[in-house]
This record gives sequence, C-alpha cells and structure tokens, in this order.
Amino acid sequence: MHPLLWALLFTAMFSLTIYSIAFAQGSTPTDDEVNQIAKKLYCPVCENIPLDACPTEACRQWRDQIREMLSQGKTEAEIIDYFAATYGERAASDPRDKVKAYLVPIVAILLGAAGLVSALRKWRKPQAVRPAASASEAQPPAQMDDYVARIEEELRNRD
Amino acid sequence: MTETTPSRRAVPLWAQITIWIFLVGLLIIIAMGLNRAQQGTVQPGQQIADFKLTFYDNYRINENAEINLSDLRGKVVMINFWASWCKPCEQEAADLQRAWEKYEPSGKVIFLGVDYVDTETSALVYLKKFGITFPNGPDLATKISQYFRIRGVPETYFIDQQGVLRYVQIGPFVNLEQIEAQIDPLLK
Repeated sequence: MHPLLWALLFTAMFSLTIYSIAFAQGSTPTDDEVNQIAKKLYCPVCENIPLDACPTEACRQWRDQIREMLSQGKTEAEIIDYFAATYGERAASDPRDKVKAYLVPIVAILLGAAGLVSALRKWRKPQAVRPAASASEAQPPAQMDDYVARIEEELRNRD
Repeated sequence: MTETTPSRRAVPLWAQITIWIFLVGLLIIIAMGLNRAQQGTVQPGQQIADFKLTFYDNYRINENAEINLSDLRGKVVMINFWASWCKPCEQEAADLQRAWEKYEPSGKVIFLGVDYVDTETSALVYLKKFGITFPNGPDLATKISQYFRIRGVPETYFIDQQGVLRYVQIGPFVNLEQIEAQIDPLLK
C-alpha cells in the first residue's frame, strides 16, 4: 500500500478514537443533571433530606447510581421507578400510586371538613325568638301601680 | 318587638358521625405512628413471619437464587442487616465470616446477609473486600427491614429452629465469641 494511504488510514483511525473519547466524555451526566433527579428522591436513612442535599455516604452512592443510570440512557421516570422499586415507595418524593396517595386523604379531609363546617353553621345559626318577658311585664298591672307609687313616694321622702 | 339571639340546635346525626369518623381516624393514624416508634425492633419470643430474600449474583443456597425464611425451618438462622456505607458493619464483617466458616459444614446454621438501602455496585465491592461467602441479598423495597423494624445497621437477629426470634444484637459484634455465644445454645 502506498505510504500516503497508510498515513491517511492512520489519521482516520486516530480521529475516530479521539471522536469516540470526546463522545464518551460528552455523555457523562453533569452534577446538575444528577441533582435534578436526586432532589426528587429521599434516602430512608436520612429522612426528610432530599438526596441532592444529603451529605451521607449512602446518599453519595445513590447519586453515583443515578449518574450511572443516566449514562446508560435511562430516563428520569425510569430511574425514579427503579429507586422506588428497590428502596421502597418512600424513596420517591412524588408517590407512584397517585390515586392512593392524594385522592384518599383529600376525600377524607373534604368529608371531615364538610361535616365540620355544616355542624358549625348549624350551631351558630341565629334564631328569632320571642323576647323574654321582663320582670315588670310579668307583674299584673295593679301590682305594678303600687310598686311605682311606692318608689315615687320614697324618692319624694329623700328629697 | 322581637330580637335575635344565638341558640344551640342539635347537630344532625350524619354530621356528628362524619366528624367523629374523621377525628377517630386521625387519632388512630397518630397512635399507630407513636406505637410503632415506641415498639423498637421485633422482640425475642416472637414468631418471625415468612419473607423472601433474593440473593446477589454468585450467592446461592442449594442452587437457589432466592430463599423464603420458611424454607429454613429446622435450622438456626442468623439474619444480619448491613450496608456498604456503614462503618460499624466493617468491624464485624470478618468475625461474621469466620463464624460462617465454622458453622456452615454442620448444615444446622444458615447466615443471611440483608443489604439495607445500598447500591449493588458498592455492596458487591464490600462483600468482595471482606470475603463474605454466606448468602447475601438486597432488602428490596426495604420490606424485610420494615418488618423487623430495624433502627439502623448493623443489627443481627437469631432465629431458632422453630422460627422464633431468640436474640437481637444491636450494633456490631466485637469478636467471634460473641456470635458463638448466641448460636451454640440454640444448637443444644
């Protein structure tokens, strides 16, 4: 083969090698891409701390796992499903069974609230009532006259 | 002349029932949570319910890639919860392996390693590093650890031939004798 052809072949193969290396580096997920998924996961060891903010070794391993799965071309949904299946539903901040997780508590709360509101409205509802008879009205007119006369007399005596 | 004054009226039965159901349900949920938090791990004397453990590759019991606890009735079973990220687990790893090498030939004792909240890659590295040969597998969906109500790792549970829990070790074993002290009496 002509030396020039050998040189061209070598150059072409070398270029392909560089290209493949560059391609592999380009496909490595960034920390932001990893954390985008990690913030939707919770490690059972560190309750209430999202995975992207958790400093423990266990969480670091989980983030590595996410990075590895992203490198394999897994989607966000596939990764979260995997974590929920492997580590339990509580690993996912967004529950898998949304009907059970959201609808049941909402219906229960609405029912309870409706009952409570209804009861409170009925307890507070004002009611028109006949005014209670005053002490003076309760007395017969004749007795009332005597009573008033006595008070007037006493007032006059004081003067 | 008339005036309006607030007055009490009887709450309809359906409303009372709704409110009470809601409140009782809420209290039950809170009570269950508190009760579970105070219970601690499963207690010695308790019959352990059946569960399935699927092993990591290269780990088998009689060529089976998974095992039910009920399949091991008649043997003493030691269940060790561990994780590769757990430093105290490393303290006992060598002693557990030595104990396994001592008891395995008798066929009367089975060790099960249950890997808690771990990644497979790290777990396999850990198992290789400490030369662990007794069957190990992941606690899928943390079902086994939830049943045992473990508080952390390592924790080790000794179950007798009738499937009754006999002893719970919280934290790592400090030597081989400590492990033998729990298994030997169960073999007599």
